[in-house]
Amino acid sequence: MNKLFFELGRYILFVRSMFFKPERFKVFFERTIHEMNNIGVGSFGIVTIISVFVGAVTTLQTAYQLVSPLIPKKVIGTIVSDSSLLEFAPTITCLVLAGKVGANIASEVGNMRVTEQIDALEVMGINSSGFLGLPKIIAGVIMIPCLIIVANFLMISGGILAARMTDLMPPNEFIQGARETFKLFTVSVSMTKALVFAFIITSMSTYEGYFTEGGALEVGEAGTRAVTRSCVLILFADFIIAKLML
Amino acid sequence: MIELVNLNKRFADKQVLFDINAKFEPGIPNLIIGASGGGKSVLLKCMVGLLKPESGSINYDGRDFVHLPYDQVREVRREIGMLFQGTALFDSLTVAENVDFPLKMFGSMSMEERKDRINFCLSRVGLENVNSKFPAEISGGMKKRVGIARAIALETKYLFCDEPNSGLDPITSRRIDELLRDITEEFNITTVINSHDMKTVYDIGESITFIYQGRIWWQGHRAHIDETRKHNPELDAFISASQF
Repeated sequence: MNKLFFELGRYILFVRSMFFKPERFKVFFERTIHEMNNIGVGSFGIVTIISVFVGAVTTLQTAYQLVSPLIPKKVIGTIVSDSSLLEFAPTITCLVLAGKVGANIASEVGNMRVTEQIDALEVMGINSSGFLGLPKIIAGVIMIPCLIIVANFLMISGGILAARMTDLMPPNEFIQGARETFKLFTVSVSMTKALVFAFIITSMSTYEGYFTEGGALEVGEAGTRAVTRSCVLILFADFIIAKLML
Repeated sequence: MIELVNLNKRFADKQVLFDINAKFEPGIPNLIIGASGGGKSVLLKCMVGLLKPESGSINYDGRDFVHLPYDQVREVRREIGMLFQGTALFDSLTVAENVDFPLKMFGSMSMEERKDRINFCLSRVGLENVNSKFPAEISGGMKKRVGIARAIALETKYLFCDEPNSGLDPITSRRIDELLRDITEEFNITTVINSHDMKTVYDIGESITFIYQGRIWWQGHRAHIDETRKHNPELDAFISASQF
């Protein structure tokens, strides 16, 4: 229990220490653009693959469960689009990003710690947590919601594609079902989740890397810890957001 | 000049530095020597602010580094250059970008002026035609020299070196020693070097501080070390172990 409170307190202080005025705005801006490219563009491929397949599989499994002839097939479109917007696109995509982006950030920062590069920044008088962490958080908070928007679109497209390829129903019926019950509020929930999850992934991974002690083995362990803790926090935050907003 | 007054440092209930009092003058290489685990790396980390001492003060030309507010600590740190044991070069940046880093962060130079300064610093440490190479593409000795170039890029007033010869062959070690001595004299820098290489001590040790079990055991010039070791068994054991 003591360890939990110690870690929580250290994490809060670490996040607070990041929010300082950058030493040189031009360098900070360049680093943020670089991180946006790493996090956003670098994850586009995996997000595309996952989204299309999740959408397709959700469509087929929903159709399998809706056996009653009294339920019109367009309901499949309603269920797939709502569940994609509300849950699958933000949560599954962010769980995958926690693995890809989170492990990458934790090992990068952890490696900088064990090779004294963070000490070198501190000795130069640079706020190392802000210099390393803040561009990653800003990049994540901008790019991950963009990826979630793409994931939303691709999941529904994957669903339409699967319905079309398996002769389940024509695309316009699927789209009609999706549009009939569409509420703009579900997009707000999706974006809120994306923002919160993006912050969790980037801050937790930077934190784990920043406090790495030891060598190569510990850098690997920091990467693993960053992924597992980010995933647990994402699921916890998912529950809280659902409870508060729905 | 750097002055340490009654410096104490402990980790949990283990005291590692006991009432350290020392002065490090500019323009001469100041060496801190001692066995591994004796406290010299902890002392160096306290001096550059990576560790906070429990009591005592570290005065940089009269500015008490331990008790200054954070903003002023950062100002002092910008006058500090440090060569780390593992060089701590940023591996995602090229050699030129590593030297440019402090200039870009804190300097007010134009791009052209920065380029000239990078070339000057690299040529001063004897490196040419490596500007576009990454740290992983150059040798250990070259990395140390890039580390020195980065440390002096901002016209540093205080230079700290943690085991500058570790992992280097004897010839490269001597070159690094000579380079550190020459730079110290040329730019009148207050240079503090952590070392357990006795060859370095005999070659460039103008002011030597021998630390034993967290305490300053002896301070003096290299010319007096042989005389002192006769009646200082701890210093004698350290030097003898180095086959001197």
